[in-house]
Amino acid sequence: MQNGDKSMTTGDEASKVIGRGAREGARLFREWFEALTGAPGRGEQTAYVFVMGSLAELLRTFGFHLSFPEINSLQTAVRRVAQDYLNVAEDYGYSPDICGYVKADVGVQLRGGEHPMGRIPKPTLAVLTNACNTYLKWAEIWERMYHMPTFTLDIPGSRSASYRHTPGGRDFERDCKYVEHQVRELISLCEEISGKSFDIDALRERLDHTNQMAAAYSEVLRVNRSRPAPFNALNEGTIYLGVCNALRGDPRGSQYFKDLAQEMAYKAAHRIGTLPEEKYRLTFVGVPCYPIFRRFYELFATWGGVFVTSTYLQFAAGGLDVGFEYDLRRPIEGLAEGLLLGVSYAMDAMFFRERELVEWVKAYHTDGIVYHPIKSCRTVSTGLADKRRAISEMSDVMSLVIESDLVDKRVVSEAQMKNRIDAFFEGLASRKLRTGAGAAA
Amino acid sequence: MAYAAGVDVGSTQTKAVVVDETGAIVGKSLIDTGANVVTAAEQSFLMALNDGHISEEEVGYVVGTGYGRYRVTFGDTQITEISCHARGAVRMFPRTQTVLDMGGQDTKAIRVRPNGEVLDFYMNDKCAAGTGRFLGAAAFALGIPLKDLGETALRGDKPVAISTTCTVFAESEVLSWLGKGKKVEDILLGVHRSIGQRSVSLLRRVGVIEEITFTGGVAKNRAMVEVLNEMLGARINVSGDSHFMGALGAALFALDRVLNARNPVSKEESAA
Repeated sequence: MQNGDKSMTTGDEASKVIGRGAREGARLFREWFEALTGAPGRGEQTAYVFVMGSLAELLRTFGFHLSFPEINSLQTAVRRVAQDYLNVAEDYGYSPDICGYVKADVGVQLRGGEHPMGRIPKPTLAVLTNACNTYLKWAEIWERMYHMPTFTLDIPGSRSASYRHTPGGRDFERDCKYVEHQVRELISLCEEISGKSFDIDALRERLDHTNQMAAAYSEVLRVNRSRPAPFNALNEGTIYLGVCNALRGDPRGSQYFKDLAQEMAYKAAHRIGTLPEEKYRLTFVGVPCYPIFRRFYELFATWGGVFVTSTYLQFAAGGLDVGFEYDLRRPIEGLAEGLLLGVSYAMDAMFFRERELVEWVKAYHTDGIVYHPIKSCRTVSTGLADKRRAISEMSDVMSLVIESDLVDKRVVSEAQMKNRIDAFFEGLASRKLRTGAGAAA
Repeated sequence: MAYAAGVDVGSTQTKAVVVDETGAIVGKSLIDTGANVVTAAEQSFLMALNDGHISEEEVGYVVGTGYGRYRVTFGDTQITEISCHARGAVRMFPRTQTVLDMGGQDTKAIRVRPNGEVLDFYMNDKCAAGTGRFLGAAAFALGIPLKDLGETALRGDKPVAISTTCTVFAESEVLSWLGKGKKVEDILLGVHRSIGQRSVSLLRRVGVIEEITFTGGVAKNRAMVEVLNEMLGARINVSGDSHFMGALGAALFALDRVLNARNPVSKEESAA
């Protein structure tokens, strides 16, 4: 039984549970933005942070509102106004080849914080890591614009392709000490800016919420092994990811994910899929195509293609996907450990997780992998060709490469994209017929 | 006798092919697509029918392909030109493992299975560099008819290096070489080599495994064939009907449907 055949469920129960994650996620996200918009009016401060290594739990203990410029930028694309902001930045002198996230944000800042979801307050602090080189330059732009402090955490990584620092190892522990020292420096800066003393119990409480969120988040990802898949990792997954970042360390966030895990378990138990008929199970590698977010999803869904996994739900989840638990007996040390693990997708050699993609093919029964390099970020796009070749050698899973962007619609060619996607599904259909899987069009 | 047809609506030209029950081409046509895509598809189809002395009622199934495939309003279904070129190429050259299709606005490198099933493919980026359009821009800049491009280029012996990756800029680069006193033949050979290099790069991404079959309108250009042979170190297959390969593949998929309707057991051939 798939979506639309809910006879095995009681009507009231089903209608309460199914779709709750999407509805509540949208509501919480809207409320979070409203609170952000209203912060200056209430005399409250805002810190700019990034999804990889936000340190949300710590900053929230000092009463900072968090603004995620990456999320602000992608929202301009989802709401189809990104071009207006890109134009503002380009009129100012930014090249069309610079990261679309940066330019959309510069456009927002040059427009005094005007944003389709509200008004983005000016920062009193920016906290970042070296997980992305663009983060560093981006923060320097705010520093010049607003003359406010920025704090950069230098996170060590494992650049060797054959060796990786892991918890319990000597190198990892040494790295933790290095990061912990920086976290303590940040605490002093936060005390100075906010005028509030650090409260370790408040941090412990925040970390506890994140622990609960992480347990539920990783369970949600795991449940999508069910057939049919309860959610689409590309569109529904992105809603969940938004809540995960915006409400990290917040009781509303941890409750949301507990409810979401329950919804997914319910759907899996009743074999309720996200599509009326799931024909192909796919893995998405990269960042979504936000300028045509819904249409992009439809191009796959019309063929019965469901993204059951996405690397985006890993590397942009700040380590929640692995179900890491902060050590609540040692909150500051635990925070340092979590930070190291949370940004490891960016800091460790990019080929470490190749094997994981192959394992997903088996564990999630995937028929194909879709690689989505983006013009805005050559860093995340670099290596996709190597990865694709390596995975093709380890598995005979079919794959597709389609290039576009995360913000800039000018480099998204829908007709060409559709052509490639259609051809990909024609190949999948042909293969299913040949191998007798029986699900072909 | 039942027949099946394929109509390939490309960015510059529309092709139609009618096949009989054995898959042999019995009628074909080629016209400029122009502004009215629907009319081009209809005209092309009717001309192919006339060419084969076949009535419309005798055609059991029609598959539309190419960028305008959804404008083949009388078609029964649509299949991408990627699948269709692969199928057509394998029909023409059964030992084909790699297909290069160079059309007006895009170039595709396709790896295929012996039954014509697509294993992998790569296409040019969003710009038209490395496609037939690039040749068209050079021809326009030099005032040479498209049909004479290949022969003129073959007379060149010192190809210039075309560095631009932009079709629009190609025109100005061609003119700048003229200004430097380079021969038209050498400039054109340079243009062909530039396109050849980009095509070979696409082929290498899917893996160059012989036999290689060259399809699409540009396959009629002898200089391009020679350049590709040299760069690949192999003799590529080129059919006299290279232009019709997409339409032929579409017609063969249509024939599958006709035969399957008669004998539903045959699933293998109905791929895609």
